[in-house]
Amino acid sequence: MARKTSPSGGAGKNAGKSASKTRENTPKLANDDIGASKRMELYRLQYEIRVCEKKAYDLFLQNLVKGTSHLSLGQEAIAAGFAGAMKKGDLSFCTYRGHAHTLARGVPMEKMLGELMQRDNGLMRGKGGSMHLTSAEHGVMGSYAIIGAHLPIACGAAWRAQYLGHDDVTVCFFGDGTTNIGAFHEALNFAVVWKLPVVFVCENNLYMEYTPISDVTAVEHPAADRAPAYGLEKIIVDGNDADAVYRTAQKAFAKARAGEGPSLIECKTYRHSGHSRADPGAYRPKGELEEWMKRDPVKLYRARLAEFGVSEKDITAIEKAIDDELAQAVENCKASPVPPEEILTTDVYADGGWAWRN
Amino acid sequence: MAELTYREAVARGIAQEMERDERVVFLGEDVAKAGGVFKATVGLYEKFGPLRVRDTPISEQAILGAAMGAAMTGLRPIAEIMFSDFLAVCFDFIANEFPKSRYMSNGQLACPLVVRTGNGAGSRFGAQHSQSVENWSMMIPGLKVVAPSSPADVVGLLAAAVRDPDPVIFYEHKSLYAVKGEVPDGEILDKLGTAKILRSGRDATIIALALMVPRAMEAVEILARDHGIDCEVIDVRSLVPLDTQTILGSIARTGRLFTVEENPRLCGWGAEIASIAADECFYDLDGPIVRITTPHIPLPAADNLEDIVLPTPARIVDKIMRAMT
Repeated sequence: MARKTSPSGGAGKNAGKSASKTRENTPKLANDDIGASKRMELYRLQYEIRVCEKKAYDLFLQNLVKGTSHLSLGQEAIAAGFAGAMKKGDLSFCTYRGHAHTLARGVPMEKMLGELMQRDNGLMRGKGGSMHLTSAEHGVMGSYAIIGAHLPIACGAAWRAQYLGHDDVTVCFFGDGTTNIGAFHEALNFAVVWKLPVVFVCENNLYMEYTPISDVTAVEHPAADRAPAYGLEKIIVDGNDADAVYRTAQKAFAKARAGEGPSLIECKTYRHSGHSRADPGAYRPKGELEEWMKRDPVKLYRARLAEFGVSEKDITAIEKAIDDELAQAVENCKASPVPPEEILTTDVYADGGWAWRN
Repeated sequence: MAELTYREAVARGIAQEMERDERVVFLGEDVAKAGGVFKATVGLYEKFGPLRVRDTPISEQAILGAAMGAAMTGLRPIAEIMFSDFLAVCFDFIANEFPKSRYMSNGQLACPLVVRTGNGAGSRFGAQHSQSVENWSMMIPGLKVVAPSSPADVVGLLAAAVRDPDPVIFYEHKSLYAVKGEVPDGEILDKLGTAKILRSGRDATIIALALMVPRAMEAVEILARDHGIDCEVIDVRSLVPLDTQTILGSIARTGRLFTVEENPRLCGWGAEIASIAADECFYDLDGPIVRITTPHIPLPAADNLEDIVLPTPARIVDKIMRAMT
């Protein structure tokens, strides 16, 4: 677990070492604006999210992941691209589909899976569950399960940065369905009027839950088409291309840090699984998933690394390290006890307890 | 010692805390340049400037969300929701966000903020601008709930609320804004979770909140003068934490309990106190517990109708007389 020390992806550390070796032998990487080390980090993050999410599903089938869970399979490039561009101290606000963003900030897989398995070793010792992943030390300021709620909250975190003169950026991730709830519109207007250093990221995976977003939305691009109404640039990015996401994120972060206000970015993507564990996704037209699988972000990025001359050996080494860590994480979670009953009444109030009367 | 109105006490309380701590910021609709629709925040914008006292759009979710995000990252925000009825349009933050972030995160996150809001009837505003909704927030684990009845308590309890590390919903009564009272000079800091015995008495304990406190006081003077019934009056002040020791101790002395509540009857705060009394001091009681409340109806606008539905001194006297004689 020691590998993850930096919120913005300690993953880059190991990846960078092997990549720097590669760079000497690969002229393509030398001219790359993203750079070998960052590319390896982006792949590492995507691969980790992919295998960890798959494992979460396996564990669910074994009845070891309890409650509900919402996977980001197919949407890994967005989490990786943004986290790759974030600095230590930048803040992430996620939705209930927040495993990917939590991992991308450097939270160990064991802590996350432990929470999904509702064990004592979980990120919140089983008190939050899959939909509320939080790791303040990594800048993950919570995962919010009421649609739209965290957009105004992210505004507040950005207001604090503005008021105190801090240069961190607040990044708020949400789905396409969020664009039709009031809090989305309140937050956008508020952030623009107050010129807050916040970046709103819509992951448009085409389905709000079970219903196509296009069936219930007045405009074609549910987030981007609303941006001009708030005086914002209309930004659409290929959410299955981590490099494109990373570049877009960098630009938006630079704007926010320069005091030039918020951005709204719509990332086009597709979730490979259903809305939640209970949903097989039967409402999707035949062939749609297959078409999108051709644009699987993890496979695409792996192929791109090869194009840039990264050796199969280097890629496999990254993958094996993650596979090993994941296997160990699962064993540790299985071995972890369930949370003790005494934490039931802790942390209701700031005094640590739950007393509401004397 | 100075005589201040309840509304002036609000501004003084906020100013006291903003002077003390630069992390204290204040936001809401019309609160800055206009000084608040109830004129309860006059002068704060001029004194503390546009970075600390900020007008917002009519976006209650944005107001409470922004307060929460600022609170969890280090500020001490005070947010105003103009009328407490409007808590319904941002209730997600009251019910799901503020009070659960600490628990769900296993103590990683905190939410030290204050939501001030104009509560209660008497202004003839009708059913959507007059409700007493303190019980809406009392039922939610993780919140603290305060409702002062006097200018001095406004300053002291507001200061305590701002300094409290938990989210506090602070109900100001609209019909008390013009009421005057003596407020001590210098810094005032009260304590949440403390009820106050405003009048000692032998025969019955009357528990009231906010606007019902002066009405209960008026009623017990009539009962003493005209009927020889000597009542003790307790201003609950803080519903969460609830000072049950003061309340139960009083019941043990008087043997009778009456609650005077402006919230509609079902699940009003007095029901919880009655339940606690029944559980814990049943054998101290010499007669049934009586709740005097607004009936289970929306509030009407017409003055004669609104006057009928709220507990009045005359109705309080009548209810107590019927129960005691």
